Amino acid sequence: MISVENLHKSFGTKKAPVHAVAGVSFTALDGQITGLLGPNGAGKTTTMRMLYTLMAPDQGRVLVDGFDAVSQATEVRTRLGVLPDARGLYKRLTARENIEYFARLQGIPEALIAKRISELSARIDMAEILDRRTEGFSNGQRVKTALARTLVHDPKNVILDEPTNGLDVMSTRSLRKVMLGLKSEGRCVLFSSHIMQEVAALCDTIVVIAKGRVVASGTAESLRELGGSNNLEDAFVKIIGSDEGLMA
Amino acid sequence: MKMRWLTVFLKEVKENMRDRRTMMTTFLVSPLLGPVLFAVLIGVVLNLEKDRAEKLLELPVVDAQYAPNFVAYLAQHGVKVMPAPSNAEAAIKSRDFDIVMRIGAKFPEQWRSGHSAEVELLYDPSRQTAMRVISRTQVLIESYSRQMGSLRLLARGVNPETIRPIELRQTDLSTPESRSSQVLSMLPYLLFLTLFMGGMSMAIDATAGERERQSLEPLLINPLARGEIMFGKVSASAAFALTSLALTLLLYLVGFKMVPLEQFGMKLALNAQGCLFLFLLLVPLALVASAAQTALAAFSKSFREAQSQVSLLMLIPALPSMMLAINPIKPLLWFYAVPFFGHNFLIERVVRGEPIELIPALIATGSATLLALVLLFVASRMYRRETLAVSA
Repeated sequence: MISVENLHKSFGTKKAPVHAVAGVSFTALDGQITGLLGPNGAGKTTTMRMLYTLMAPDQGRVLVDGFDAVSQATEVRTRLGVLPDARGLYKRLTARENIEYFARLQGIPEALIAKRISELSARIDMAEILDRRTEGFSNGQRVKTALARTLVHDPKNVILDEPTNGLDVMSTRSLRKVMLGLKSEGRCVLFSSHIMQEVAALCDTIVVIAKGRVVASGTAESLRELGGSNNLEDAFVKIIGSDEGLMA
Repeated sequence: MKMRWLTVFLKEVKENMRDRRTMMTTFLVSPLLGPVLFAVLIGVVLNLEKDRAEKLLELPVVDAQYAPNFVAYLAQHGVKVMPAPSNAEAAIKSRDFDIVMRIGAKFPEQWRSGHSAEVELLYDPSRQTAMRVISRTQVLIESYSRQMGSLRLLARGVNPETIRPIELRQTDLSTPESRSSQVLSMLPYLLFLTLFMGGMSMAIDATAGERERQSLEPLLINPLARGEIMFGKVSASAAFALTSLALTLLLYLVGFKMVPLEQFGMKLALNAQGCLFLFLLLVPLALVASAAQTALAAFSKSFREAQSQVSLLMLIPALPSMMLAINPIKPLLWFYAVPFFGHNFLIERVVRGEPIELIPALIATGSATLLALVLLFVASRMYRRETLAVSA
């Protein structure tokens, strides 16, 4: 379970600070998929970076399974599987070596690593690329490898930052299947997106973020009601107050 | 708890072993650079020695016909009088000659009437290689002038010593060994250079490169302290630097055996034991180099910026070596507490085959280790910055 309480984060100079996140609170429950929906530049990535301990919030706190993301960062990191916006792989290593590296850094016993990788490879359907160097991988193959690396330590909580970005239809579908599988195993899945249909189709709870704030949250159904429209896209535009950033 | 920095270390080594450019620098360019430069330097010095021993002084003379006796005197004293170029100034400028002598048109008349007869020397004193020729020529002219003056005084019944209250005698005590010390003073820097070059491309790649390729952010989310990740990377880069150093020492060892340096009285007594000592002496400096490079790579905003800044870093250890090449001084004990500077003296001693003093070696090692620790601390501070992983 991930709970976020009143997060704030500013960047830039003291004279002209950019308030990227200005009071975000929500809870992502185990056995559910929670979607962070918002236009580009709404503060989704910054929020997530504070969730997965890359940045410290100026104010507020993040609890992962009850552990504080700042003071107990190491505990939090073992409980989190993160697919960040940056998905760089080591191109001179094979996909398997990339995954092994992260498995070792997570402290998984050597004997267990091979077993985990073969399980994941079957699940994500990446057996044929496993022993190839990642240089020249397609976008889909790269995401598969990064996803395996995210899940290799069997994390209770999974955070995915815009996971379907740049993927074709087939890859997107299989990624959704993986996310639903993670949910059915009782994990807490949190992912961000700017695509409403995707969020509506997958999520149990949707948190809408705009300009660094939570402007609405609930099920897809309740958001449609809130926006006063049967069409989710119209509802979304109404909720965030503009259609800026939606088309990107 | 398992040492996870070792995981980072092993991955960096494996990954970089597969990179041809890094392998070329570490195993070829960086180990070869020093010995090749050194061979060239030694070649130059040996040539100078040969010049000194054998070469005739070639002196083009304009209007030699005005002073046949003078020119004959020069010829007797090891000067090969050459026909003058048509434009003496231009010949000096174009480096065809280092020096040209011009006999004045009034020379015969002035000579006969007992006045000072004019002889002009044209040269460019800013040209280092010309200095020996210039001074040799000047000395010859002076001595002829003095000899003739003495004769004139004698002819007038005056003791020539009247105008020479002081008789100066100069004794050249330089030996081939002492003349080779300038070359020797380059060797420490060449070793430092190998240390900096050997691990450089890895240090840049493992920090600035990872950030550029967007693999640093996922890496930092793993449950180990950023300092551990940094240390894994620094030690991998130091390992490459030391590999480079070991190779280059081996090349020196073999190279010095092959060149007949003793023949010229040069004393370069580097043996296997000395090489081992040098290697151990430089281990902490390898950490210094890699930690500084990593800190700088983490501080810079982009890969290119990291490359240019880290390359500049190589110049720093050159400073003491250059200073000592220009102005050799006797080491005081505190010199050894200055990393690189103190190592200069220790390295030179080893290369000369002089016994190693324990206390200076310990001081140098202690201070280098301290500097390495400070730089590791700085690097870990750089790694802890929030903006490290977030490029642009």
